[in-house]
Amino acid sequence: MNMHAPSVRIRDLDLQFGDVKVLKSLSLDIRQGEFLVLLGSSGCGKSTLLNCIAGLLEVTDGQIFIQDQNVTWKEPSERGIGMVFQSYALYPQMTVEGNLSFGLKNARVPKAEIAARVARAAEILQIEPLLKRKPGALSGGQRQRVAIGRALVRDVDVFLFDEPLSNLDAKLRADLRVELKRLHQQLKNTMIYVTHDQVEAMTLADRIAIMRGGVIMQLGTPDEIYNRPQNRYVADFIGSPSMNFIDGRFDGETFVAGDLAIPMQGYRFSSESARAGQATIGIRPEHVVTGELVERAPVQTTVTVNLVEPTGPDTLVYADLAGGPLRIRMDGHAQVRAGDVLPIGFEPSRASLFDAETEERI
Amino acid sequence: MADTALPTHGPRGPKPKRALSRTNIIVYGTLIVVSLYYLLPLWVMVMTSLKGMPEIRLGNIFAPPVEITFEPWARAWSGACTGINCDGLSRGFGNSVQILLPSLALSVAIASVNGYALANWKFKGSEVFFTILILGAFIPYQVMLYPMVIILRELGLYGNLWGLVLVHTVFGMPILTLLFRNYFAGMPEELFKAARVDGAGFWGIYFRIMLPMSLPIFVVAMILQVTGIWNDFLFGVIFTKPEIYPMTVQLNNIVNSVQGVKEYNVNMAATLLTGLVPLVIYFVSGKLFVRGIAAGAVKG
Repeated sequence: MNMHAPSVRIRDLDLQFGDVKVLKSLSLDIRQGEFLVLLGSSGCGKSTLLNCIAGLLEVTDGQIFIQDQNVTWKEPSERGIGMVFQSYALYPQMTVEGNLSFGLKNARVPKAEIAARVARAAEILQIEPLLKRKPGALSGGQRQRVAIGRALVRDVDVFLFDEPLSNLDAKLRADLRVELKRLHQQLKNTMIYVTHDQVEAMTLADRIAIMRGGVIMQLGTPDEIYNRPQNRYVADFIGSPSMNFIDGRFDGETFVAGDLAIPMQGYRFSSESARAGQATIGIRPEHVVTGELVERAPVQTTVTVNLVEPTGPDTLVYADLAGGPLRIRMDGHAQVRAGDVLPIGFEPSRASLFDAETEERI
Repeated sequence: MADTALPTHGPRGPKPKRALSRTNIIVYGTLIVVSLYYLLPLWVMVMTSLKGMPEIRLGNIFAPPVEITFEPWARAWSGACTGINCDGLSRGFGNSVQILLPSLALSVAIASVNGYALANWKFKGSEVFFTILILGAFIPYQVMLYPMVIILRELGLYGNLWGLVLVHTVFGMPILTLLFRNYFAGMPEELFKAARVDGAGFWGIYFRIMLPMSLPIFVVAMILQVTGIWNDFLFGVIFTKPEIYPMTVQLNNIVNSVQGVKEYNVNMAATLLTGLVPLVIYFVSGKLFVRGIAAGAVKG
């Protein structure tokens, strides 16, 4: 097997339910051992795409390859995938051991081999004491471990996760997230992970595919997605609180909005010939600096504070700039009150500039 | 301190409820009256069946028997005359059991697979097929009697016990399929997906995942079929012949026989005996019945 070939390749995938096009000519290559996160708001087609890869949905057009094999017409069990569901989907009448071995029994794996694989999975996931219990007697976190174990024992090339942590409470979700990352480092399998939680996406992914309306809006590393969003949708979707957008004009060198002029020195344009015209600049709330740092910032101005939201580690400050609202993320210790006049500054090189018409990055 | 100003006595904890409030009197009063109304005929039947004929002729139908006798029960079971033979209801009981068991097994088995396929393995035209099947539930049986007789004659099953079994299986199909389909449709879809990823096929998922999870709905289907088939009179009298008449038809022949004296005590005993099977089924599985009906009813 060619180790450099993609683990999963999707070619021109179309999926239609009646007249509704859920996936539109979607192509995607996923590398060996990569942790790819499909991220998007509900209804964007991310779960549908995962179900197509798993073979649980019949595609309208296009091809799916897993490990260089065309699996477009194959049954889910023949594709070399394991899947973990949001609702765990454990078989309630079987013990944990029965749940783990069900797939292997169906595949007529010898008994000794089944026992060995179940033992190994149980050890990796630390669920050995639970093997004789039924799913009803497990907590949410334990159930999800068993569900992961069920994919693990099958010794597959690709793991598919359909919002596996969404049913857990916040603390458990954070714990299991770390465990999943550790598991991926240990197993080095290809993993495709669907979520609507951007923190999960940012922390787990090698690459993130942000989807909208059945199309991938941007495919890139978390760093690229966060710092160099390809279009306004991605810029707005990623980051909480979301990015500040200021509408204005870009003349090729300087961005002007009202009486605010921002020289775009140091900004990495996505093409050599930067187009002039109506544009929108995007600045992340955490990239707006305050206090002593303002003096070193290339762009400096002052704003009047409208509202202050302390969250503990950070304090979120709302103000107006160039006719639009501006969110600023400040340190939790910051002493700011509504009505204060606040000197702020930011670095144009860390901002994002979008064409007002196409909403693409300039 | 604000606390010191608050009174320490007065209402505290749960508010006490009066046992004899007006609501309670109305609710329990209505319940008692209605139950008496429904229980009275049963009382009359049981009392009459335990009396001898001389005592019945006195006319006190509500009075308990002065002298308890089980002779009417014995006669109803093994001595009452129906047309040509005089061996009581025992023959009809045997026939009914022979009709019930295969009909029950066949209809429940087929309907559950139908419902499972329609809920989980949607195929082209599955919705149309389901609609046609459900339409069947709205057509009165009487309309189909004549065609059914012809079909059975052509199949060589007319007047045969298996013919009646076939009729019961066919007529039970719409409502049972609906029941099973709705129950299976209410199960989490991800469970079905997980089983497919685990390599289980149509029968594997049915027997190893779905069946163990659907005991309540099987009980409901069983109760519906047992009472329906056991209480059936129309099909029994049309599709069989005197030697294999089910219990209900025989009961009718005993009660409605016009020769000789009307033996009210035997008639009452025979009726109670015939109604015993569905009654026992309800008492044994009533709880599961309610649970299954509720579970099947939620999702359409």
